[in-house]
Amino acid sequence: MIGEVFTWLNDPGHWKDTRFDTGIATQLTAHVRFCAFALLVALIIALPLGLVIGHTGRGRWLIAAANTLRALPTVGVLVLLTVVIAPHFYGRTDTGYLIPTEIVLIVLAIPSILSNTFAGVENVDPAVRDAAEGMGMTGKQVLLKVELPCSLPLIFSGFRSATLQVIATATIASYLPLGGLGRFIYDGLAQQDFPQMIGGGVLVAGLALVADLLLYLVQRYTVSRGLTGRFSKKRIPDARLASVTQAEVAAV
Amino acid sequence: MIRFESVSKRYPDGTVAVDELDFVAPSGQITVLVGPSGCGKTTSLRMINRMIEPTAGRILIDDQDVTKVDAAQLRRGIGYVIQHAGLFPHRTIIDNVASVPYLLGTDKKQARARAMELIERVGLDPRFAKRYPSQLSGGQQQRVGVARALAADPPVMLMDEPFSAVDPVVRDQLQEEFLRLQSDLGKTIVFVTHDIDEAIKLGDQVAVLRVGGHLAQLATPAELLSRPVDEFVAGFVGRDRGYRALTFTTVGELAVHDEQTVTLGAPVPSGADLDNWILVVDAANVPQGWLNLVELSRDDTTVSADLLYRGGTLATQGGSLREALDACLSSPSGRGVVVDSDETLLGSITAAEVLALIEKRRPAAASVTGSGSERR
Amino acid sequence: MTALATSSSSSPLHFWGYFMDHRSTDLSWLWSHTWLSVVPVVIGLLVALPLGWLARRYRFVYPPLISLTGLIYTIPSIALFVLIPPLFGLKSLDPKQVPIALTLYSIALLVRVVADGLASVSEDTVQAATAIGFKPLGRFFRVELPIAVPVITAGLRVALVANVSIVAVSGTIGMSNLGQLFTLGFQNSTNGPYYPPIVLGIVLCVLLALVLDRIVIILNILLTPWRKAVRS
Repeated sequence: MIGEVFTWLNDPGHWKDTRFDTGIATQLTAHVRFCAFALLVALIIALPLGLVIGHTGRGRWLIAAANTLRALPTVGVLVLLTVVIAPHFYGRTDTGYLIPTEIVLIVLAIPSILSNTFAGVENVDPAVRDAAEGMGMTGKQVLLKVELPCSLPLIFSGFRSATLQVIATATIASYLPLGGLGRFIYDGLAQQDFPQMIGGGVLVAGLALVADLLLYLVQRYTVSRGLTGRFSKKRIPDARLASVTQAEVAAV
Repeated sequence: MIRFESVSKRYPDGTVAVDELDFVAPSGQITVLVGPSGCGKTTSLRMINRMIEPTAGRILIDDQDVTKVDAAQLRRGIGYVIQHAGLFPHRTIIDNVASVPYLLGTDKKQARARAMELIERVGLDPRFAKRYPSQLSGGQQQRVGVARALAADPPVMLMDEPFSAVDPVVRDQLQEEFLRLQSDLGKTIVFVTHDIDEAIKLGDQVAVLRVGGHLAQLATPAELLSRPVDEFVAGFVGRDRGYRALTFTTVGELAVHDEQTVTLGAPVPSGADLDNWILVVDAANVPQGWLNLVELSRDDTTVSADLLYRGGTLATQGGSLREALDACLSSPSGRGVVVDSDETLLGSITAAEVLALIEKRRPAAASVTGSGSERR
Repeated sequence: MTALATSSSSSPLHFWGYFMDHRSTDLSWLWSHTWLSVVPVVIGLLVALPLGWLARRYRFVYPPLISLTGLIYTIPSIALFVLIPPLFGLKSLDPKQVPIALTLYSIALLVRVVADGLASVSEDTVQAATAIGFKPLGRFFRVELPIAVPVITAGLRVALVANVSIVAVSGTIGMSNLGQLFTLGFQNSTNGPYYPPIVLGIVLCVLLALVLDRIVIILNILLTPWRKAVRS
């Protein structure tokens, strides 16, 4: 079986588009495109919101509300939105499926970015915030020069969780007739073409791993070495737990 | 000069943190606010740089009402040191120190050069400049905190229990260096602590606050020890205040007796005219310890270091009576060793003679040293 | 009567009627959904406890273990489902592939939680326990583990709630659980939306997640009576 999967993946014919089939390259691009779009929108919404809630301490209920969204079954929401929205779009385009998918992806990406950003700002040592204000930083300077950089480790962990979740959910969106790497899994399933199905699984897993690796590298070069704990001998279990409870629920 | 004029802080729930506080923190001096927890000392300090706004009264820095100045601008001109240093974990030490100059728009290169200077000035190895706060010990972080507060050379410094989170040995060291630094810089400092010993050691004047934010007494350390204004202050200042007050009492010149000595490494002296205890000095006439001639065995023919009693403290000529008395009390021979400022032996003095000096100074007011730095 | 009821309404609010009409199927799906959500977490915890203890006891084990479990957690659920059969020598679409994948996820999450939970026990407490005369194993079960309970239960809550959602995903590749309701609803929506099964599926999933979450919270309170004493 593994050999057949390898053969399927290695067939250049499967990578290029043909008249009847969309190739891996195109589906990969599509997958990356609508994941990136959803993540960008979610980041634009959740990052400033999380920073402001953390900085002012007001609007905490929003964090709690966003976290309850996690109990929703992703597939169910995806199907529900699709049957609501899709009938309003006719014709050959997949807009009717794309819009509900993007909405779901954005809605699912927001909680982990939002709550991690909030937790990051909230976890900034009160003495550090006090010192920042006491030396004459304005509220905006405290937020941007101190709280934001100090929250980056948690923000990154939230964003990485969100990314994995979005990639995973975008795969499921192929269950509705939408492009992306999930196409191979569901088409393989429908046609009992298991090498194709498993090959699709390999591609999705590969995409997730590469995306996470890239984000890890970005994190490594943007987060100050003073925060990464490579120098501090003691670990901070509280912060880690916060990232577990708040971020990793979203990772799947 | 910082002036509190009937300053009160009353919270909406009715608690009064500070009640009608009036006092002046003179320029170039250290004013210590001390008191039990809940006495409003930190609140008072934080009202100076408007981290907390008073509900009544005025605070003036050099006759300028602080509430009339933009809060951020005001704070940039005031050094601020807090208990856990509050260093920025994401910035290197040098960038931490240069924080305020950066805020003021100082050229980066210039700010860093100044920061480097301060890092060395507070007694840190310049190699620390490129490290991060998490790589430093608590005491080192606190030095960086002081350097950061000094970076923009503010005339006024506010210090909120800066040394209370470090261990006693390091604290002592930090206090000494802080006084040395202050004797060079002459900042106007308001310093908050709950530790009366620290207050007495560092303050040019000490304000004792009681719970509810009332000023119980504002006085020099010596006056506080000798004339506590009421039960509360007396209790807070502590039991051995009479002895500690001697810290602030000096006599011009102690009349010392010559002391017979033997040099380290020399043959053990003998002779009927010798006391049981003989002082051992090194080649430079610096006292090393006492030798008990009675308990020596026959094998001990030379004065070796392991035979010495080293428990005695040394009194410095021109130093305080507390030092002189302690030298006598701690000396196994009962004779206190008095040395010159370069630690060479001058002679000895007995406890009875020191007590006579103490008696002689009473009831006339003790000569009180003016500032912390002069006491060194 | 039954047939009439199903066809008479496609309104979202009709999910209860839909449930009553298809009770036996829906309940069996709910039942298997519950087992699929819970059993992997229990197995995961049993595996994670010794691994977490190892990571705590031998510090050098921690980084590689966390990297490995992080790697598993990175793989999207649907991909892990289809990758399990070739990796474990099962035939494709074996009903065992879902519980295996979920167990892997649960282990991945809980190893780290257990290790961090144990790390949260203060060194003083451990030293004191040793000084009193606890042997390592007794100390683990009677001192360190009880103190780590709040952290571990927090991890269990995360794992359970996540599992409920992931099990539903496996419905899209034909596994029988509440996810089937979404497939049904989608397939019946070709001529206009047919909401009842979809809404029912969402409602049951959310209820299941909340109930399981509540059970763990109660378990946590029962296992840590001293925290209640502090609170009151």
